[in-house]
Amino acid sequence: MEHTPNYLPGLMTRTEAELRQIFLRQVEAIPAGERIKRCIQCGTCTGSCPVSYAMDISPRQLIALFRAGEMETIMKSRSIWICASCYACTTRCPSGIKITDIIYALKRTVMEKDYESKAPQVQVLANLFINNLMSYGRLHEGTLIRKFYMKTGIFKLFGFIPLVKKMIETKRLALFPKKIKAHESFSRIIKKAQEIEMRHVPAAIDFSPEYVGYKGLGEMKLESRKGE
Amino acid sequence: MNVKYAYYPGCSLEKTQRGYDESVREVFRALGQELIEIDDWNCCGATMYMSVKETVSLAVSARNLALAESMGLDILAPCSSCFTILLKTKRILHEIPEMHRDVNEALAEGGLTYQGTGRVRHPLDVLVNDIGLDTLRQQLRRNLKGLKIAPYYGCQIVRPDKTFDDRENPVLLDKMFAACGGDVVYFPMKVRCCGGMLMTTFEDTALKLNMEILQCATENRAEVIVTTCPLCHINLEAYQGKINQAYGKKFDIPILYFTQLLGIALGLPAKTIGLDSGFVPLGGKITSLAEAHYA
Repeated sequence: MEHTPNYLPGLMTRTEAELRQIFLRQVEAIPAGERIKRCIQCGTCTGSCPVSYAMDISPRQLIALFRAGEMETIMKSRSIWICASCYACTTRCPSGIKITDIIYALKRTVMEKDYESKAPQVQVLANLFINNLMSYGRLHEGTLIRKFYMKTGIFKLFGFIPLVKKMIETKRLALFPKKIKAHESFSRIIKKAQEIEMRHVPAAIDFSPEYVGYKGLGEMKLESRKGE
Repeated sequence: MNVKYAYYPGCSLEKTQRGYDESVREVFRALGQELIEIDDWNCCGATMYMSVKETVSLAVSARNLALAESMGLDILAPCSSCFTILLKTKRILHEIPEMHRDVNEALAEGGLTYQGTGRVRHPLDVLVNDIGLDTLRQQLRRNLKGLKIAPYYGCQIVRPDKTFDDRENPVLLDKMFAACGGDVVYFPMKVRCCGGMLMTTFEDTALKLNMEILQCATENRAEVIVTTCPLCHINLEAYQGKINQAYGKKFDIPILYFTQLLGIALGLPAKTIGLDSGFVPLGGKITSLAEAHYA
């Protein structure tokens, strides 16, 4: 397939198609993820969301943009990073769409493509969290917060002095992280899981410029992996 | 009725939220239930698993499920986030057999395997639905009469999937504290999100969310907010000062874990349920309740 100029209405560029493919692979891993096809654009998600007021693109619009093949616009939004995963939208969606999980799938797509996002601090925090977990097997909150502010704005750390003081007074501060005993075997489990994950990554993308809109969803053969 | 549970405290309860850990252990002990901590459990992965692959995040949390299964017990997980993640993992492995196979292949590297038996339970569910309100009433040593309580459930013990209470209007905390004689106030924000980790990544947004929750509770004249989640708890208690500054408010409302307030009602000594670990002073009413001698 030749490169498609992106000014043709209804057609998708290669970048958009790649993003879409990564995203749909993530959606497939969600039980009942295929229900994204059923969106009726009612906006219940946006109305239920306690943080939609702070979003640049509302949850309803995210799905509309996805259908229109505008993956790049979604990738650059700050909305997906503001979602605190409270599941209010998922609970209320009349079509049973797992919107919170769909937003997780979008976050993972950005992380996988290493896209420059409007809220890099969320990726910083997520990566530090995972590093912390991998190094010790348990999360050490003090280390996480300290490293986070050292990367995103060190002066903010001073603002934590009163809180740290209170935590010491109430015996709630663990100064040092503690490793789990079976850390070695824990690491082997993670390494193996990473290897297994790599088996599922398709070598080449399945690209057709027509993969857009409702029709594209059918073409992408997004099928149920058994919902509840 | 002595029942045993595989206790999964989770990372927050280890130290920073010791009040929750201590009160859960004491309340269950007082009610004749045995909690056996899962040996060498690891972090459940929380909601930050977006930066790793699906199989990895499932394997990390399934390690705990496998450990509990080898004990032959149901898991008891007080932290909302741990509870929902462990439950979600269990459900995904049940619904998608390929995923179950992959995760077991990974677990085998650590000499573990997970069949899918055993349940994931939350203390609130066990206390109200298994132990029951009648038993709690019989064990009551101090009546919470006159204490105005706002029951805050947060998001993750009732959502996304239906667990043990309604997703929009859960009532188990309301029932529990009404049974203890407390005055449970009208609290429409009971399942409104506190923002969770947004306090670190989008502070302004999170401060507003917490302001609204505190405002709703105080307008309904609550004297204490009870919580079920470490993240809700720290957001509501540690940021009251900042919220007051940002919004010109005067919030000064104590935040207690529901097991701490239940512990008071059951007559447990203040020290054993971590009442000395709060950031906001408890105020006269709760302190005198906690110190009151009982028959």
